[in-house]
Amino acid sequence: MTLFLEQVLNGLQFGVMLFLMAAGLTLIFGIMGIINLAHGAIYMIGAYAGTYVAMETGVYYAGIPAALAAAALTGAAMEFLVVRRLYKRDHLDQVLATFALILISNQVITLIFGRQPLFVAMPEALSGSVELLPGVFYPSYRLAIIAVGLLVALGLYLIINRTRIGMLVRAGSTNRDMVRALGVDIRMLYTVVFGLGALLAGLAGYMAGPILAVQVGMGEQILITTFVVVVIGGVGSIRGAFFASIIIGVFDTMLRAYLPGLLRQVMVGPEADALGAGLSSMGIYLLMALVLLVRPKGLFPAHS
Amino acid sequence: MDFRTTFLAGLLAASVVLPATAQEPVKIGMITTLSGPAGYLGQDIRDGFQLAIEEEGGKLGGVPVELIVEDDSLKPGNGRQIADRLLNNEGVKLFTGIVFSNVAGATVPDIVDGGAFYVSANAAPSNFAGKECHENYFVVSWQNDSLHESAGQNASNLGYKTAFVLAPNYQAGKDAISGFKRFFKGEIVGEVYTRLDQTDFAAEMAQIRDADPEVVFQFHPGGLGIAFLRQYQQAGLLDTVPMVVAEPSMDAVILNAVGDAAKGVNVSSHWNSDFENSANQAFVAAWNKAYDRPLTYYGSQGYDAARAIAAALKATDGSIDDADAFRDAMREAAFDSVRGDFAFGSNQHPIQDWFALKVVEGEDGKPILKTTGTVLEKHGDAYASQCSY
Repeated sequence: MTLFLEQVLNGLQFGVMLFLMAAGLTLIFGIMGIINLAHGAIYMIGAYAGTYVAMETGVYYAGIPAALAAAALTGAAMEFLVVRRLYKRDHLDQVLATFALILISNQVITLIFGRQPLFVAMPEALSGSVELLPGVFYPSYRLAIIAVGLLVALGLYLIINRTRIGMLVRAGSTNRDMVRALGVDIRMLYTVVFGLGALLAGLAGYMAGPILAVQVGMGEQILITTFVVVVIGGVGSIRGAFFASIIIGVFDTMLRAYLPGLLRQVMVGPEADALGAGLSSMGIYLLMALVLLVRPKGLFPAHS
Repeated sequence: MDFRTTFLAGLLAASVVLPATAQEPVKIGMITTLSGPAGYLGQDIRDGFQLAIEEEGGKLGGVPVELIVEDDSLKPGNGRQIADRLLNNEGVKLFTGIVFSNVAGATVPDIVDGGAFYVSANAAPSNFAGKECHENYFVVSWQNDSLHESAGQNASNLGYKTAFVLAPNYQAGKDAISGFKRFFKGEIVGEVYTRLDQTDFAAEMAQIRDADPEVVFQFHPGGLGIAFLRQYQQAGLLDTVPMVVAEPSMDAVILNAVGDAAKGVNVSSHWNSDFENSANQAFVAAWNKAYDRPLTYYGSQGYDAARAIAAALKATDGSIDDADAFRDAMREAAFDSVRGDFAFGSNQHPIQDWFALKVVEGEDGKPILKTTGTVLEKHGDAYASQCSY
């Protein structure tokens, strides 16, 4: 039972990380109609910038503003220099251009920092474990990630549903052309959305730093799963991204943790382990296929 | 003349000068992984190899060589395409450099079937050591299983009775676990295959804690290993469950990145930077002079591969066209390996000693790998008997 609870928390933590990435991606795709592969590059740049500052100053928290600033600046620069030219192009051009951005940023990071992964220690106060229930210990840093992720989700909910800019974002993701026809400065809205998405990606990248290795190509690893989240949640829907992230996070973790064990009940040991590992890495894609079969527009479509 | 024309003129001059050398250089195709999280593995193999060439001033065994380096991006398809191109368009007859077994699995058969030689500086999957062995295929590093057989023996020597084993779900991961099991005399209480692109191991940490083994054996090369070890420490397992690994899970770069979290980890290896033989001391000094970064065992393997090739080129006077002569010369392994004793077995894989290392605090307070003893002597691999040419 304690093991199960720990795995649920692991799934939650993976889920909120995915959410931080997916929230930006789904808005950019839903409102601007851009498939932005470079989102993973922004995640990496946020992680590198934050980690570098944290290493230089020795203070973990000093890395947060650095990561956010670097990610937002990179995002704004990408939007201004490249993405702005892609709004009217078809998706293939967008994929090619933003894929080029991935390659360029990977090479630039390699040139600046080399191929050796960077290391940032987590803040002292969060480096231990917390006893949640008797016998259930969980690393405080991961709990902090869950808390930050949920806070961001709440903040986004308030912004999207209670503010004027949020109203425009909602309108934009439902009917872009109508918003433009009503005289809203759509270009401004695009920049805000892109910047917000970049900010969240940078935050996710930096928070992942002490757990994962900060290294070139770290963005691509999470990007594919993020796209699965966006598709399952429904393109353009923050609410969809949130629930899909949690579902994918928990589902993926549970499969990894329990599928080989379940298979071992019915088959020989090593084969069950290998098959279980194979099936669990396919799991989220199977889930995506299933969701698309039943609800082709995702769980919470924005254009309903 | 502005900068650009100077540069172009320089290039032009260089290209005119090169063909004018007396002997046509022997082309060596290096297909290796330079991009992505595992990019440093290929980088070190390349730079170790390059170091051997530079020591001779652009030659190996007195023969001028041209090293063509290509990045496979850890994609088997890429490796195969590069091999085809180098083989058919550039006329390359000698290949090396592949880091990962899945890339080697797709690429090496084309190379050796095309009449060229492949000298591995790292990957050595079990199938190529046994039934699918080829007379043009040499391995200077080790057979994949041997790495982990030494870890299994090390765990047995240290007296552990129950073990939890983890490795990524690909050929080398499976080789790792079967190798460990072959020499570990205790009981396996858990066996988990992770994903090759996995970076978060929280679910696995929970399983380890639940199984409560005496020792954990894990195989996670490159960036995966850094993430794994850090999360192992963060989960509070490092203090309670000791860890035994083979060298890919604890190379110098991982050690640097993980820092104090690595202290106390038991490693088994065929080479360590503190070996006292003269070839190694010269190599370590040359590396530290040339490069400003930690020396990994990948670097040593690149260097040894180059020197093994050098010895063969010297014996054949730079000719690979007579494949039989070059093969015989390779088999001699007439070079001083930085690991000490070295010979090729009947399947052209190494027969060598394996050592126990431990992560301890160095003189400057940073953790280092220290050689503490021998684990296996003159150890070959389990597949040699299945190989016949």
